[in-house]
Amino acid sequence: MTGERTRDGSLEQLKREGRIVVVGASLAGLRAAETMRDKGFTGSLTMIGDEPYEPYDRPPLSKQVLLGNAVADHTALPRRRAIDADWRLGVPATGLDMAARTVRLGNGDEVEYDRLLIATGVRARPWPNPEEAELEGVFVLRTRDDGEGLQRALAAGPRRVLVIGAGFTGSEIASACRERGLNVTVAERGEAPLVGALGAVIGRVAAEMHREHDVDLRTGVMVTALEGDPAGRVRAAHLSDGSSVEADVVVVSLGAQRNTEWLAGSGLGAGPRGIACDAGCRAFDVRGIVTDDIFVAGDVARSPHALFGYQFLSLEHWGNAVAQADTAAHNMLSESADRRPHLWVPAFWSSQFGVNIKSVGVPPMGTEIIVTQGSLSERRFAAVYGYQGRVIAAVTFDNCRWLPFYEHQIESTAPFPPPYSTVDRRPEGNKPVPADFPDPSVPTHGPTITLSGYSPADRKMTFTPGR
Amino acid sequence: MRLVVDLNRCQGYAQCAFLAPDVFAMHGDESLLYNPEAAAEQREDVVRAVAACPVGAILLELTDEDMADVVSQGAAAGAGSGGTR
Repeated sequence: MTGERTRDGSLEQLKREGRIVVVGASLAGLRAAETMRDKGFTGSLTMIGDEPYEPYDRPPLSKQVLLGNAVADHTALPRRRAIDADWRLGVPATGLDMAARTVRLGNGDEVEYDRLLIATGVRARPWPNPEEAELEGVFVLRTRDDGEGLQRALAAGPRRVLVIGAGFTGSEIASACRERGLNVTVAERGEAPLVGALGAVIGRVAAEMHREHDVDLRTGVMVTALEGDPAGRVRAAHLSDGSSVEADVVVVSLGAQRNTEWLAGSGLGAGPRGIACDAGCRAFDVRGIVTDDIFVAGDVARSPHALFGYQFLSLEHWGNAVAQADTAAHNMLSESADRRPHLWVPAFWSSQFGVNIKSVGVPPMGTEIIVTQGSLSERRFAAVYGYQGRVIAAVTFDNCRWLPFYEHQIESTAPFPPPYSTVDRRPEGNKPVPADFPDPSVPTHGPTITLSGYSPADRKMTFTPGR
Repeated sequence: MRLVVDLNRCQGYAQCAFLAPDVFAMHGDESLLYNPEAAAEQREDVVRAVAACPVGAILLELTDEDMADVVSQGAAAGAGSGGTR
């Protein structure tokens, strides 16, 4: 019985003639589909995407595209192989029936699956006041259409651009505006840019970069209202400190919301923090039982990570989408003993004000930080975050060749502060200081990693089934 | 011709910016900006840049009118790059 029991031929049949549906036709969905075909899946493959475009790359939208070096509708992702899929683009998934194994689409169609991969990602958090959000000149930046529209607005030479929120995207937008010679005001609720993602020690360096490039950076303030002219064009914003900013372009850069509403009432463990899955990318249902036929990958997933105390991590990272998609696809077509865990070490990059910012690990877990190489004042350094006496993350500014070293430190739970000497250690690298992250219970829009606790269903969040 | 650079993997060696300067450019000391959809006449330069990247970070797909049957070449040109780290 044992050993033979699982090899009943059902996996071979699935690979030969099964039906796999991928909801979400962006980076994670595409890479997963390619991996499935690579692994010999010859059944039917349906790719469902709410945008009418084939998978495209988003990072250039806040960089090359805004600088005018690339065109928004020319960032389609290169394919690693042909995937021979039935593309259902421009139509969103609106419901899931786990018992009947069907996905319902916005046009009323139903698609049956034997295995389902959910990679619906996130969307830009809209400006909370819908009327103000409708004003002409108010933008978010997430999709190709967003990028196209914002690029055109910047090319028209606005007198001033207001960026609301100084996370990575907001900072990159401000940087691109300055490079185009446009006046920019950045309004950030926290004490500095990037505080949610990297803490205030690094945030203060980012603030200096903004100000040196003549960004009118306002921190510790919130935008309370946007004001339009009679023609419905935005003309000013009012701030919580009583001041106002005249601007004809406003970019709302307040982070992202996970695309899970379509799963409300389905019984899947999905909510505002994403879809909980195990380390093998299998989705949990609301009862905390792992499903066998529904897998999750990319920005919308939250999964436990052995290196980080098995906390559920949501990673809005390009590299995570690629790696998790590959693991999910592998596991979808494997016997249980052959499945692999998704144990990718988080890593991301950002390019702003001519500086290359890269990070590995989970900086917001860090309580202390030490500058191990270079100097904050020179904007060329490596800094390490410590958590309970071990290295938990690292960040570099224009010093990325050292990152693989620090990644290994994280993977091997090396002690913090590092007991060894490092190249180019300065006096400021003699002693760790508090990393100075904002209170995690206060919502911020900076972080691209969310530490969302241990419970798959996460009852602390408001979970609102549709009916 | 479509391309994407795995910028987690990229370490700013700038080989691509030397070999295909119309497609890849350094922005500051270490950041790389590139045109994700380069023109066909850049093909030779880009293929050289892909091969020269010390960390294999560039994934290239050579598109023709009929993309479907050209993909294998594209995959070969960017073999192994752009995938999981």
